[in-house]
Amino acid sequence: MGTEVDRRVAALWRVESPRVTARLARLVGDLDTAEELAQDAFVAALERWRRDGIPDNPAAWLTKTARDLAVDRLRRRDTGRAKYQVVAASTPLTVEHDLDEVVDGALADDLLGLVFMSCHPILSADARSALTLKLVCGLRTEDLARAFLAPEATIAQRIVRAKRTLAAANVRFELPGPKERPARLDAVREVIYLVFNEGHTATTGDNWITPELCAEALRLGRMLATLTPGDTETLGLLALMEIQASRLPARLAADGSPVLLMDQDRSRWDQLLVRSGLTHVEQVDALGGTVGPYALQAAIAACHARARVAEDTDWERITALYDGLAQISPSPVVELNRGVATAQAFGPEAGLEIVRPLLERADLRGYHLLPAVVGDLLCRNGSHEEAREHFLRSAALTKNTRERATMQDRAAQCASGHGA
Amino acid sequence: MRYMVMHYQTQAMEDGIPPTAQEQAAIGEYMKEAAMSGVLLSGEGVASSAKGARIEVQDGATRVIDGPFAEAKELIAGFAILDVGSLDEAIEHARRFALLVGSDRVDVRKVIEVEDLVLPEQQR
Repeated sequence: MGTEVDRRVAALWRVESPRVTARLARLVGDLDTAEELAQDAFVAALERWRRDGIPDNPAAWLTKTARDLAVDRLRRRDTGRAKYQVVAASTPLTVEHDLDEVVDGALADDLLGLVFMSCHPILSADARSALTLKLVCGLRTEDLARAFLAPEATIAQRIVRAKRTLAAANVRFELPGPKERPARLDAVREVIYLVFNEGHTATTGDNWITPELCAEALRLGRMLATLTPGDTETLGLLALMEIQASRLPARLAADGSPVLLMDQDRSRWDQLLVRSGLTHVEQVDALGGTVGPYALQAAIAACHARARVAEDTDWERITALYDGLAQISPSPVVELNRGVATAQAFGPEAGLEIVRPLLERADLRGYHLLPAVVGDLLCRNGSHEEAREHFLRSAALTKNTRERATMQDRAAQCASGHGA
Repeated sequence: MRYMVMHYQTQAMEDGIPPTAQEQAAIGEYMKEAAMSGVLLSGEGVASSAKGARIEVQDGATRVIDGPFAEAKELIAGFAILDVGSLDEAIEHARRFALLVGSDRVDVRKVIEVEDLVLPEQQR
């Protein structure tokens, strides 16, 4: 009996804890107390259900218990304050009235508030992703440690510090007003895409893809798209992640080595994700207005998704979209991709014209993909010897074992005079 | 991992009796919540079998039978595909749905992913 209850409570934590924590955060104001009370509610559930069995509607039981715990906590906090105020000869507070106003707010607002707090811009990117995955996705510290390939103590410490930072800055549950909201949503999207990329290409070690993190990022993306309907950048981010994730089944060869986009077996792309991604891109188009960087990247990803075979790729359109992206969101990485697209549309020499200047940039000196691209374009241009040097440089720079092997292979192919 | 949650028809559904406004509202509320939790990938309901057909295969030959079909409770009334971390998690989502939808039975089945398949090149 014990084990079945334990299993169900663990599953319920994943399903219900974000809502419970969100509601509690609205009630008590701060994340630390909210998380602590959510845990208390689940501990109470475990004890009670081991004895009496699980109720038909455990979610309702958990919500009510959490609410009772919060009210109790607020009363005590308030009593403390009231005692102080009696001493200070002040009027007592009317707790009940205030509580009723906040207890039955909309779930969407609760969740959005929780997301905004967890992704607060005063936190470092690492802290934001850890906190968001823990509180909004209901992951346990050990899950996070596994996903980030970090020791549990490190993750636990990161979360404690994040909550301390929020408390020190007196960050309370809030829904940012219309003026602040775009910037705050940008911060949320940044976290989601960071988590996705962490999963998409594990930056260190042998593991090229950590699918759990991709799945969590997609879940967060869908959640945010539901909570902020009509936001084209959020839809763009979701579409971008869906289309990129659709390729995951095709990204590894049987021996575990990475397969590049152009070489992938497209029949293995996940059609449910492709369709969903393309639908979201169409929604962005239908909504109109100014397109942001995520929506543009999604439009680029959609060009690839629509091509049944690699040869059908509309590189001229992709080049035009990259030109747009380079204007609104210029970065060396965008420039690099623009170079790749241009080379596909107008030949390797046109691509090298864009990419070569990047070799001078100090901030790209450690970026392994730059020499990989330059090597590839030189190779196609017939400059095998020069290409070989760039492939070797890329192999030396990457931290990923499998990527290194791929680059060394290409260097070896160059040495034998046929680079492809 | 993905799970397909399928709910089965009742005789009332097969007879084309629509759910009450109250039931529809409850289901709508649930779908909204499921969307908010970010697990819902896709989902549809299907009409009574009177509006469908069945293809039977025997000895390599096909035969089309028009609906309705007799065994109403053996027919699916709708499905949803959820992206969740475990079967237990899928069950908890499906359990809430089962209590609302008015079915006697809801099946939770794992969607086969590419990594579950033995691909030809891996058999070498």
